[in-house]
This record gives sequence, structure tokens and C-alpha cells, in this order.
Amino acid sequence: MSQEKLIRMANQIAAFFAVQRGDQAEAVAAHISESWAAPMRAALLTHIAEGGTGLDALVIAAAPQIRPPG
Amino acid sequence: MKDLIIPPLEWTKDMGTPARQGAPVTLTVDGIAITVPAGTSVMRAAAEAGVTIPKLCATDSVEPVGSCRLCMVEIEGMRGTPSSCTTPVAEGMQVQTQTAKLQKLRRGVMELYISDHPLDCLTCAANGDCELQDMAGAVGLREVRYQPVETHFRPREGAGPNPRYIPKDTSNPYFSYDPAKCIVCMRCVRACEEVQGTFALTIEGRGFETRISPAAESFMQSDCVSCGACVQACPTATLIEKSVEAIGTPERSVVTTCAYCGVGCSFEAQMRGEELVRMVPFKGGGANRGHSCVKGRFAYGYATHRDRIVHPMIRERVSDPWREVSWEEALAFTAARLTAARDTHGPDALGVITSSRCTNEETYLVQKLARAVFGTNNTDTCARVCHSPTGYGLKQTFGTSAGTQDFDSVEATDLALVIGANPTDGHPVFASRLRKRLRAGAKLIVLDPRRIDLLETPHLGESWHLPLRPGTNVAVLVAMAHVIVTEGLYDAAFIAARCDAEEWADYAEFVASPDYAPEAVEPLTGVRAETIRAAARAYAAAPNAAIYYGLGVTEHSQGSTTVIAIANLAMMTGNIGRPGVGVNPLRGQNNVQGSCDMGSFPHELPGYRHVADDLARAVFEKAWGVELSSEPGLRIPNMLDAAVAGRFKALYIQGEDILQSDPDTRHVAAGLAAMECVIVQDLFLNETANYAHVFLPGSTFLEKDGTFTNAERRINRVRRVMRPKAGYADWEVTQLLANAMGATWSYTHPSEIMDEIAATTPGFASVSYDLLDARGSVQWPCNEAAPEGSPIMHVDGFVRGKGRFIRTAYLPTEEKTGPRFPLLLTTGRILSQYNVGAQTRRTDNQLWHDEDRLEIHPADAEVRGLREGDWVRLSSRAGETSLRATITDRVSPGVVYTTFHHPDTQANVVTTDNSDWATNCPEYKVTAVQVAASNGPSSWQEEYAAQAAAARRIEAAE
Repeated sequence: MSQEKLIRMANQIAAFFAVQRGDQAEAVAAHISESWAAPMRAALLTHIAEGGTGLDALVIAAAPQIRPPG
Repeated sequence: MKDLIIPPLEWTKDMGTPARQGAPVTLTVDGIAITVPAGTSVMRAAAEAGVTIPKLCATDSVEPVGSCRLCMVEIEGMRGTPSSCTTPVAEGMQVQTQTAKLQKLRRGVMELYISDHPLDCLTCAANGDCELQDMAGAVGLREVRYQPVETHFRPREGAGPNPRYIPKDTSNPYFSYDPAKCIVCMRCVRACEEVQGTFALTIEGRGFETRISPAAESFMQSDCVSCGACVQACPTATLIEKSVEAIGTPERSVVTTCAYCGVGCSFEAQMRGEELVRMVPFKGGGANRGHSCVKGRFAYGYATHRDRIVHPMIRERVSDPWREVSWEEALAFTAARLTAARDTHGPDALGVITSSRCTNEETYLVQKLARAVFGTNNTDTCARVCHSPTGYGLKQTFGTSAGTQDFDSVEATDLALVIGANPTDGHPVFASRLRKRLRAGAKLIVLDPRRIDLLETPHLGESWHLPLRPGTNVAVLVAMAHVIVTEGLYDAAFIAARCDAEEWADYAEFVASPDYAPEAVEPLTGVRAETIRAAARAYAAAPNAAIYYGLGVTEHSQGSTTVIAIANLAMMTGNIGRPGVGVNPLRGQNNVQGSCDMGSFPHELPGYRHVADDLARAVFEKAWGVELSSEPGLRIPNMLDAAVAGRFKALYIQGEDILQSDPDTRHVAAGLAAMECVIVQDLFLNETANYAHVFLPGSTFLEKDGTFTNAERRINRVRRVMRPKAGYADWEVTQLLANAMGATWSYTHPSEIMDEIAATTPGFASVSYDLLDARGSVQWPCNEAAPEGSPIMHVDGFVRGKGRFIRTAYLPTEEKTGPRFPLLLTTGRILSQYNVGAQTRRTDNQLWHDEDRLEIHPADAEVRGLREGDWVRLSSRAGETSLRATITDRVSPGVVYTTFHHPDTQANVVTTDNSDWATNCPEYKVTAVQVAASNGPSSWQEEYAAQAAAARRIEAAE
């Protein structure tokens, strides 16, 4: 899957939760953990580990709470 | 094969006049005491007492007019012989239906009718199914004293042509109109007005010259939408199905469910042997109450079309021609390829796509194949591209991924808010039911970029059209909420009792922001602030306001947010939990609801339980005897992405044509081309099959047993009326494939699959074929808590507990117009065609719509030098295609619109890979495009046509 598409999808999710009350990073992490397949989460976490260029700060903040793939 | 068992009287018998609601009234009919609601006609009361009064102009689908005078009765204390169809019952009334006087009068009436009617009964298509014939018998007509002088039925009178003779109109492909046989009972005119709501038929002339007219040269040139209501209402052969003319009258009738849209109409498949004579809408059908549209009623010819593939086919490479093989060879080949892909690349390199056009039982088996046999959660369904945001949004707010009402609920609606849906074309039978209510005074708000036909409902009362710019649904809905909150129009009592107080307070504060004032969003949405204010006030003020929405809501980057905004609007005005209100998604395909219920989504097991939920997984691990993965699988677009990346190798697609129906065709083609094994199971060599290695012939809804679940959560039976042309029903093929891969499934009938569903899925716990046979249908949840099913949900409280308000910020889509692509393209359906057209294009429905056209506003057309019917090039950043233009002010300036029923149009070459943030539902409804004059099809279309022709070659049989 193209990195660009993953980044866009993650940022879209972050944009929705950025206006919600409560722990936004937790909500983003929960949504990604629930609906993304393991290879997608792995690709995202790798990208974040490599600096997370292009990702919303909220996605990066959510990273530690995203369910580890596999 | 089994016919419906002992249906209630009302489901099949013509009771003469419509049912009424009212206080009980007791009367006697021929000495039989009967109690009926006040307002009921004497005719209907008699029918309920088991007495059939002769009649011609009355039928229970329309209001009585009392014109034929055949139904007269004698009532003690009443003068003369009143017509029983127009006389309401009264307490203590004593009715005589048969006396010497009545008999004589009725014979006289019949003599007059017969004197101007051809006596060609033996060669008439309605022979044996003609009410005029029946009534002649019932009244004991033995002679006709009147000799016809002037008639309407003789082509010639004396030496010359008969000026009163009107030749038969055969212009409609499905039924004929023979004025010579007409008795002017006006049932057809009333059916067109009252049942369908089109007003295509009228009465011309007076006295002996009175004629029925389509008010045009012919039926095909008239406003007629070919719903069939007039044909059904006609007591003679005047309006009759051409199939009955060609075949003869049916010998038996089996109740089944239409395989088209999400309304899920019940039909009687009327058969002669294994030949389908006609489909007649079933009065006992809970969704349609005896009505139909041109698709379900008439467009079933695809089932026997010569394009049907009835032998399995395989090929090594997609560049090879197809080779017809036995089922054994096809399944062995398929199982070997799938097993090899799994062994080499792991289970997650395999996947399935279930179909919303297949039954619940078939869908359940396909996802079970993925989970239990392949060993992966890579299962998805076409609901991904239509209503996945509905599932997400309603589950988050209400706790259940489904609409809240039944269709009967519309009869109690005072205001309908229709958002991003075009019911007269997409959900025609529901539209007729809504129009009936609109004619009775209900108000209408339409939120749609296009002026849909519903806004032109005859006798429509107060209505508002909010012609918003595509992509601004959330802004308009939050602006409506802003008005309701800031003007104090919300239902504080409902909110206090039923919703989370803190979340409500937060949402109220959020929408009250001046940023969401109608005046502030007007520049974004293009909708005048005062119109938004008026609509919001009307919605909040209506005693019962219902929201009906379609894909114009879901197919956006903010699709899920829009669904949440809709749910919020309904909660804040207390429009949940009783008849006449609610949030009603109009589902695209017949079994979208069902395919989602059955666990087709990659993250959810049947019953919407997450795959990471250990308890839910344990239920299925026990039932299936395998260990299940707790990892969510890939969605359709993710599968294609993974295939392009080389990580996804094999896909089993049942009853879906993703190459045509999914966005960004080039990307779909690239994904399919990258796979090692693509298995398509379908009726026809669809577009996706061009990239397939295995083709497994499918079965139509007429060839199998099963159930469909419609938009109102109603589980309806599908009943087999003929043997599968390819030898197996679809569920049998899936079972054979599973067993070829080592499983040991042993279902012998779909009822056993339903039993497994009931045993594992709480909402279906009490569902069984015995229950469905006895009750006709049932709406889930149907279990110990709701043994009769649940017509309306969230009656005493939300399924999740407290209703949850969630903030819905408007975020503009990334798909923006600019100098290169200055127009916004949005898409929709038309009445006569259905989705990718695989079925309807193989019927005479082509006569209404044989190509997709681009609707463009006159101002946009003028600056581009376009005239009506010109070829235009439609281009976006994803691709370009060509089609012909239609110039209309139905669309606003800056917006263009097209349908997507024809594969050569390739509308999805243009749509992009933008998608809903929560569910990846594609953003079909917003694409920035440019339109320019063109000479004809684009090079992509020509290349595509060549590739498709090559891919469809079948090796000559040896």
C-alpha cells in the first residue's frame, strides 16, 4: 500500500477526533486498532518510527496506544 | 419447493375496499354478525364475514368510487339499493347481499357492460383470470338483450372504419393496453394516482365516449413509469402482461422477494411448470404492501438471458481464452490455486468479497469460508462502497448498525427530510408510499444538489429544497442543528430522559458556534441561510419528523460524520422510538443490511461483534471447530492496494462486479491483474471476470432458497421456483469449494445455515424458516426479548443505553475544484436501470435508458459550446471518459451529474480514491472534473472494450 494513502487515511481519522472531547490520541489509536489490518498498522508504525513525515501530530501521539501488529 | 402456508385472508383475497382504523362497529351481513372498524365499507365488512359481493370497479388497493353499480345491496331501513363499496357500516346495520331485486338489477348492469364488450373469451389472454367473466357467472347472466349498434370494440362498423375503435397500444415492452376490452371502471386511473402517485392516466370524454387515456400518443410517450399497478388493478384483459399473452395463465404462485433494491418487495412468482409467467407484487408483503416498480415487476428476463454462463470455466492466465470444464475440475483447480497461494504467502494473502445481491445464508458461508477455511479476516462486501458509514455512525450514536423504523412508519410521518437520496428512482416503492403521505399533507425537505422528482410530486404541500454543493452535507446539517439549539426548538424532555446529558451539553455548545450559523455556512454550501432556517424550524416543529437518506450521505469523505449529524438531529428533536419518525437509511441493494449483519466486514463477526472480542470469537470457534484470527482483515480498497504491493494473491468474489462498481477503475484493474487467482461467481461474464482465472456460474434468486434482509431489517424469504441453470445454488458452490479445500461442511438446505446463524447471533436467536413461513417475515432483533421481531427500534431506550451526541465538525473534502477541474461531478441511479446494470441491461428496461448521460446546467454548457446530445469528454485527476450531454437546470451551475449503469461509460474511471475517514467508503459523490466537447469515446474506453472482448473469449467446445 502506498505510504501516501496510509498517511492520508490516518490524518483523516485524526481530523475527526481532533475536535472530540476526552483523550483524542486514545480515540485515534482505538479506531486504527479496531479497523486497520495488521500490515497497515505495521506500515504506519514503521513510518512513525522513521519520523512520521506528513502525519498529523495527533496520529504520532496515538502511536504508542495502537495495537501492535501480529 | 413449498408454497406459503395458509396466509391470512387479507394477504391474498381482494377485500374490495381499503382497510380503515376506527372504533368497532357491529352489523349483520346476510344474518352473519361481524365487527369491523368504523369507516369500513359494507363491501369489506361482507368480505370479512366471508360473503363476496359482486363488483367490478372496486378493489382494495384504491378508494371506491361506486361507478359499476354491481355491488349494490339492500340495507334495512335504507331506501333503494346503495352500492356497498361506498356505503360505510353503521352499528346494528342489517345487510342483504342477495335478493330477487338485486339479482335482476345486477343482471341488467352486466347486460349493458357485455353489449359493448367483445365476446372472444376463449382466445382472450385473461381467459380464466377475468373479473368480468367471473361476474357474468356470479350474477347468472344468460342472455344479452341489447344488440350493439355502435361499439368500441369492432374495428369496422358497416362499410367503413369504426371511429370509436382505438387500436391496441403495445408500445410498453411489458404490458399491452387494448381499449376495445375496457369497461371504464377507472381502477387503473386510481391505481396510478393513489398507489403509484404518478398521475399518468386520466379519463377522457363523457357518457358513452368515456375513455381511459395515458394523455399522450402511447404509454411509452406518457408519464407512465411502468410500475404495473394499473395492470394489476385491471379486471379484464385491457391492461395485461405481455408474458401472459405469450404463455397463458399461471398454474401456481410462490411468494418470494425481489432481488433488486433495498426496499425488498415481496412478490408472487406466478409459474407454469418451471416457466415464470409473471411477478405480481404480494399484498402480504410488509415492505411493499402490494406495490411494485418496473424492475421487480417486469425486469426479470435476465434470469433466462442467453448471456447466462451455466458451465464453470477456468484458464491459466487471464490472456487465455476461457475453457469450459466440469464442476469437479473447476473446484479442484480453484482449491489447488488457493491452497498454493496460502501455503506460499500465508492466509492473509487470500480474501473474499460477499455480495449484497446474494442471500444471508450465502453471505454467511462466504465469510465463514474466509475465516474458518482460509484462516483470515479478509472479507468485505459491496456495502463498503455504499452504506458502511451508516453502520459506523448509527452504532456509535444509537448502538445498532441499522435503520430505526419499518416502511409502514411513513404513514404516520408529518415531515420527511430526504437527504442525498432519489427515492422515485432508487427506491420507487418506498417513494410511492411517501408520496401518498405527501399528498395527504406531510411536508418535505430535500437536501440534494439536484432537483429530484420527489419535489415535483403532484399535490405536494409545503416543501423546501436545499440544493447544496456536493461535499457540504455536514455543514448544512450542523447549521440546522445550530438553528434548533439557538432558537430553543429541541426536545429537552426527550434528551433528558434518553441521552447522555454531558454529551448533549457539549454538542449544543459546539453547534451553537457562530461558525455554524446558516448565514456563515451559506457561502460554503450555496444554500440560502433563510432556507436552512425554515427547514430546521419545520423539522423541529413537526409532531413526527422522519429522516430518509441514501448514498448522497454516505459516499463522501465525511460520510460517517454526516450519519452521526443525522442521528444527532433526530435525537435532539425527540424523533426516535415511535411510528412516523426515525433515521432511515435507504439501502442500495436488496441485501445490504443482511450482508453486513452476516459478518461480511473484515473487523466484525456476524452480529457486528469485533473480531478482537474473545467471547464472540469463542462462540464461532466452538461452532466451527477452528481457531479464528483476532486481527481485523483488509477492506476492498486495502486488498487492492495490498495486491499492487505484491502481498495479496487470491480473491473469491461472489456476485460483485468491483471493476465496474468500485472507484478509480485503473487502480482496481491493476490490483486484480496483480493477483494469482481471481475467482468470480456470477450470472454473467461481468467486467471483473475479465481479470479472473476461474468463473463459477451463479444462480438467480428464482433458483434458490434463502433470505434477504431489507432496509427495515425485515428478513424475507427467497423461494426457489426453478432448478439452478448451472446445477447448483450459490450456497452449494461455496460449500463445495470449502470442502475441496478440506472443510467438512454438510448443509443440505439453507434453513440449516439459518439455524447456525440463529444459534450464534443474538439478534437472530429466534429466527427460523418455520417462523418466516408462518409469519411471512420478521424484523430483527428477533429473540427472547422480542419474539415477534422489532418493527421500530429504540422504543424505550437506545440499544447502547443513553443516546450519544458526537461532535460533527465540517471538514471540506480534499477533492476541490480549481482551474483545471472547475466542476463537481456527482452520481446517481435512474428508475429503469439498477447499479452496474448487469441485470437490467439484459431486459427491455433498456428502452427507457440505454446510455448514461451527463447532466449539465445550461450556463455551464453554454460557456463550453455544448448542445443537447453532444459527446463530451469528462476528465478528473484520476482519468477521463466520454459520454453524451443533457442540458438541464435540475443541476445547479458548477455541478454535473451522471448515472453509472453502463460499462462503456466507465464513470468510475473518473472517480477518485478519496474515501470516508472511518470506513473507506469511496467518495463517489464528489469529483472535481472538467467537461469539454469531444468526438466520441476516449482512448481508454476503446482500449478497455478491446481488452474486455479478448478476455471474454471462450474456447470452442471440442
